[in-house]
Amino acid sequence: MKKTIFLLVSLFIFSQAFSQETENDTIKKVALSEVIVIGKANLKNKNDVKLLSSIDQYLEKSNKVTMIKRGNYAWEATLNNMLSERISVTIDGMQVFGACTDKMDPITSYIDVSNVSEVGITSGQQGSEHGSTIGGGIDFKLQKSYFDKEELTAGIETGYETNGDAKTVSSEVNFSNKKFFINTDGIYRTSNNYKTGGDNEVLFSQFNKYNVSLVSGIKLGKNNALIGSLIYDRATDVGYPALPMDVSLAEAIITSLEFQRDSLNSTLSNWRTKVYFNSVTHVMDDTKRPNVPIHMDMPGWSDTFGFYSKLNYKKGKHSMLFNMSGFYNKSLAEMTMYPNDQNENIMFMLTWPDVRTTSIGLFAEDEINLKENQRLKVTARVGVHNNEIKDEFGLNSLKIFYPEMEESKTRMLLNLSSQYEIKHKKSAFLFSLGYGERAPSVTEGYGFYLFNSFDNYDYIGNPDLKNEKSYEFSAVYNYTASKFKAGLEASYFYLNDYIIGETAPDIGQMTIGANGVRIYTALDGASLFNSKLSVEYKISPSFTYDGHVSYHLGRDNDGTNLPLISPFTFKSALQFKKNLFDAEVNMTSAGQQVNYSSYFGENKTDSYAVFNLNASYIFYLNKNKLYAKAGVENIFDKEYSTYADWNNIPRMGRNFFINLSYTIK
Amino acid sequence: MKFFKYILPIFISLTIISCSSDDDESTPVEVNEVEGLIKVQELTNSTHAVEIFTESGQFEQGYNEITIRVKDLATNVFVDDATMSWIPMMNMVSMSHSCPNSMLTKVSGMETIYRGYIVFQMAENADEGWNLMVNYSIAGEDFEAMSDISVPASAKQRVTTFMDAEGMRYVVALIAPENPDVMVNDITMGVYKMESMMSFPVVENYMIKLDPRMPSMGNHTSPNNEDLMYDASSEMYNGKLSLTMTGYWKLNLMILNEAGDVLKGEEVTETNESSSLFLEIEF
Repeated sequence: MKKTIFLLVSLFIFSQAFSQETENDTIKKVALSEVIVIGKANLKNKNDVKLLSSIDQYLEKSNKVTMIKRGNYAWEATLNNMLSERISVTIDGMQVFGACTDKMDPITSYIDVSNVSEVGITSGQQGSEHGSTIGGGIDFKLQKSYFDKEELTAGIETGYETNGDAKTVSSEVNFSNKKFFINTDGIYRTSNNYKTGGDNEVLFSQFNKYNVSLVSGIKLGKNNALIGSLIYDRATDVGYPALPMDVSLAEAIITSLEFQRDSLNSTLSNWRTKVYFNSVTHVMDDTKRPNVPIHMDMPGWSDTFGFYSKLNYKKGKHSMLFNMSGFYNKSLAEMTMYPNDQNENIMFMLTWPDVRTTSIGLFAEDEINLKENQRLKVTARVGVHNNEIKDEFGLNSLKIFYPEMEESKTRMLLNLSSQYEIKHKKSAFLFSLGYGERAPSVTEGYGFYLFNSFDNYDYIGNPDLKNEKSYEFSAVYNYTASKFKAGLEASYFYLNDYIIGETAPDIGQMTIGANGVRIYTALDGASLFNSKLSVEYKISPSFTYDGHVSYHLGRDNDGTNLPLISPFTFKSALQFKKNLFDAEVNMTSAGQQVNYSSYFGENKTDSYAVFNLNASYIFYLNKNKLYAKAGVENIFDKEYSTYADWNNIPRMGRNFFINLSYTIK
Repeated sequence: MKFFKYILPIFISLTIISCSSDDDESTPVEVNEVEGLIKVQELTNSTHAVEIFTESGQFEQGYNEITIRVKDLATNVFVDDATMSWIPMMNMVSMSHSCPNSMLTKVSGMETIYRGYIVFQMAENADEGWNLMVNYSIAGEDFEAMSDISVPASAKQRVTTFMDAEGMRYVVALIAPENPDVMVNDITMGVYKMESMMSFPVVENYMIKLDPRMPSMGNHTSPNNEDLMYDASSEMYNGKLSLTMTGYWKLNLMILNEAGDVLKGEEVTETNESSSLFLEIEF
C-alpha cells in the first residue's frame, strides 16, 4: 500500500509539473465516465480502432474497460477489475442477461457495431442508473436517426484480416424525414482459427455470426414520438479455445418500444418510457472436441421483460434525473451427459433451476451547480430484488445442499453516491464517495455444479448469500492546457461480504477431472484499488502523443490476492493527422503479473509489449464517401497472453487488416 | 410429467391385463381397495381365488410389496375376516429354500386387502423357479392356495447377499426409493439373516454406510447422504440418499454390526472404485 501511495503522489507531482494554456475541449476529461463513439461518427474521431471492430474491440480500447477473453469471440467486459456480476451492463437502458452458465455470452456478444452509436461507461456508483452495481455501469446507445430533413443514405463496409482469414461485411440503409425514420442494417462476420505470435494455430478459435437490426420512429405531434427497435443476433460454430466446450448456437432477439415526450413544461423534459423484451438462447456443444471424457449438451435460455420511465427536471441550480425501472428475467439452463455405455440412462441436471428474477428500482440524480466552478452531484437508487425458483426439480436439486432453503428470496438494494467537482484555472478536481449493494447473480445464488475451467472447480450457488456491499472513494485530477492534457485518477473500493468461491473439501466434484467443488461464499472484506495517469501532448498541429499508465491491486482482508486483477499497464500512441489522412502507431504493454491468485488458477503472467500501426484516408466522390483504413496489429508477431486471458490462452499474432466503407447519399 | 410417467404404464398394463382376466370385473365393489395396483395373478383352489397385486403388476427380483385379496368363488364376495400367511419357495435343482418375507396382515382401514412383502433374493432361470403358497383361515376353517410365480431378474441390482467371516449369510434389499428423483431421497433397506433354508429373520441394530457413485461420471459422489440406521417400528433401515442428476447410480455399502465391525463392504477411494457390497439405482 505504501508503495502505491508513493507512486500516486509522484505521478501527481509529475503531472503538476506541466503547465500550458487552457483550451476548450469537446471531450470532457473530468469525469468518472467515458463515452466511446462507435461506427460512422467515429471516422472523424480517434483513429485507434478498426472501422469494423467488434464491440469487444471498441471496449478494449477504452481506458476503463478490460476484456476477459475465453477465445476470439464474446469477451467479457470488466470495469475497475470487476466482472459482469459486479457491473451493470445494459443496452439502451435495457437489461439483457446471457444464457450461458459459463459466461460464454456476455450480452455485448449479442449486439454489434452496426447497432450501437456510443457506449457510456461510468465508474462506480454513478453508474447505477440502470441497475444496482458495484463496479460501475456500461450502457450501449442504439444507433438511430433523428427526425430531420429528408435523407436517404446507404452504406456498405467490408473488412478483411489476414490472421484467421477473418471477413466482415456490413450494410445499412437509412431513411429519415421530419416525421419518420427507419434504420436497417446487417453485419456478417466469420473467422477461422487465429494464429498466435510465432505462427501457432489456436484450435477452436473460429466464429461465425450475423446481426440484423431495424429501428424505426414516428413523430406523434410536435412533442411526442414513438420508437421501436428490433435486433436479431445469431452466432454459430463459435470456438472457445480456453474452455472445454464450444458453442453451436448463440441467439438473441432484443426488442423495445419507446415513447418519447420532449418537454412537459418549463421544468420537466425528456420523458422516455420504454417497454422491452429480449430472449437469449445459448447452446454449448463439445461434439467437435476430440477426447472428451463424456459428451454433454448444455443449453441455456434467458428471457427478460422490462420497462423504464425516465424524466429530467431542471430548475435553477438543479438538474435532476429520475428513472424508474424494472425487469422480470427467467434463467434456465440444463446439462445432459451421455454415458459412454449407451445402455445407461442419460444423466440430466438443471444447472440454473429456472430462476425468476423480479427487480424494481428507482433512481434519482441531482446535479447542483454550486458556483460557477463548483458542482455537486448526488445519486441514489433504491431497489427491490426477488429471486424465485420455479422448477421443482431444480429446487429439489439445490435442497441437496440447502435442505432448509426457501424457493423465494427478496432483498432490498441501495446505491448512493455523491460527487464534488471544483475547477480552478487549468485544473479540475473531482471527489466522489459511494455506497452500493448488489444481489448475487443467478450463478452465485443458484448455480448447480457449474464447471470453472480457470481454477478447475465445480461451483455450487449459495442462496443464503447476503448482499455484497461496496464503499468507494475516488478522486480525479485533470489538467488541461492547449497542447497538453493530463489526468490522474484513483479509486478505492472496500467490499463487504465479497462473493467468491470457497473450496468445500468434503464435497465430490461432478466434472470428470475437476479438482473439487467450490461453494459461493462471502469474504468479510476485500479491497480493490485502481489508479491511472493519462497524458496527451500535441507535439505539432499534426502529431499528438497519447499515454496511459495504470496500476491496480485487489486483496482480501487477509492480504490474499483476488483473481483477475490487472498488473501494471502502459499504453502509448503517436497519432498523425493531416486533412483527410490519419495514421497512428501505438504500443500496449503490461508488467509481469506479480499479484496473481494461484487459488483461482492464475499464474505469474509475463510482461509484454505489442506494437500496432494503422492509417486511413477519406476519399470524397461527389457526395459519396469512401473511407479506407489499413493496418497491422502485433507488428513484431509477439507471442503473449495477458492476465485477462482465460487459462493464459495466447493472443493473436501479427495481423494485417483492411477496411473499406462506402457511403451513398 | 410425473403423472404420465407413472400412470401411463399402469394404465396400459391395466388394459392389457383386463383383456386376459375373467369376466368377473363387473363385481360391484363400493370402494376400490386395490386402486393403483395391478393384479399379478390369481391362485385358485376350489373355493377361493387369491388375487395378488403389486404396483407394477409383476414380481421382480428383490423387494416386492404385495397386496392380496381373497374372493369367495361361490358368492363373488371378497373375504374380510381371513387370517393369512404365506411361504415363498425357490425350487432349485439341488435344493429348495425360502426367502425373507413379512407377516401378511390386513391393511388398516381397509376391508378386504392384506399386505406384506417378500424379498426374492434370486431370480428364476430356465431350470429353477419360485412358487408361492398362501395359507389362510376363515372362521376357523383352513385353506391353501399355491401356484408357481414368475420372478424375473431385475434390471439393476436391488438385492444382494453376502457371507460374513463366521459363515453367516445375509440378504440386503433396497426397499425405497421406488421412484428416485434428483433430490434428497429417503432410502430404506432391509437386512435379513439366513438362519436356515426357511428362516430369514430381520437383522436388528446394524448400520449401513452409504456412498452413492456414478461410475460413468468419474465416480462422482453426492453430498449430504445419511447412513442407514435401524428403525425398530418398521424393522427396516432408513437413511438419506442424495442424487444430483438422473442416470445410473451405484450405491456402495458397508454393513456394520452392533459392535461397529464391518461385516462386508469397503470404502470407495481413489484406488478402490467400488465396494464389494452394493446396490444399484437407475432413473
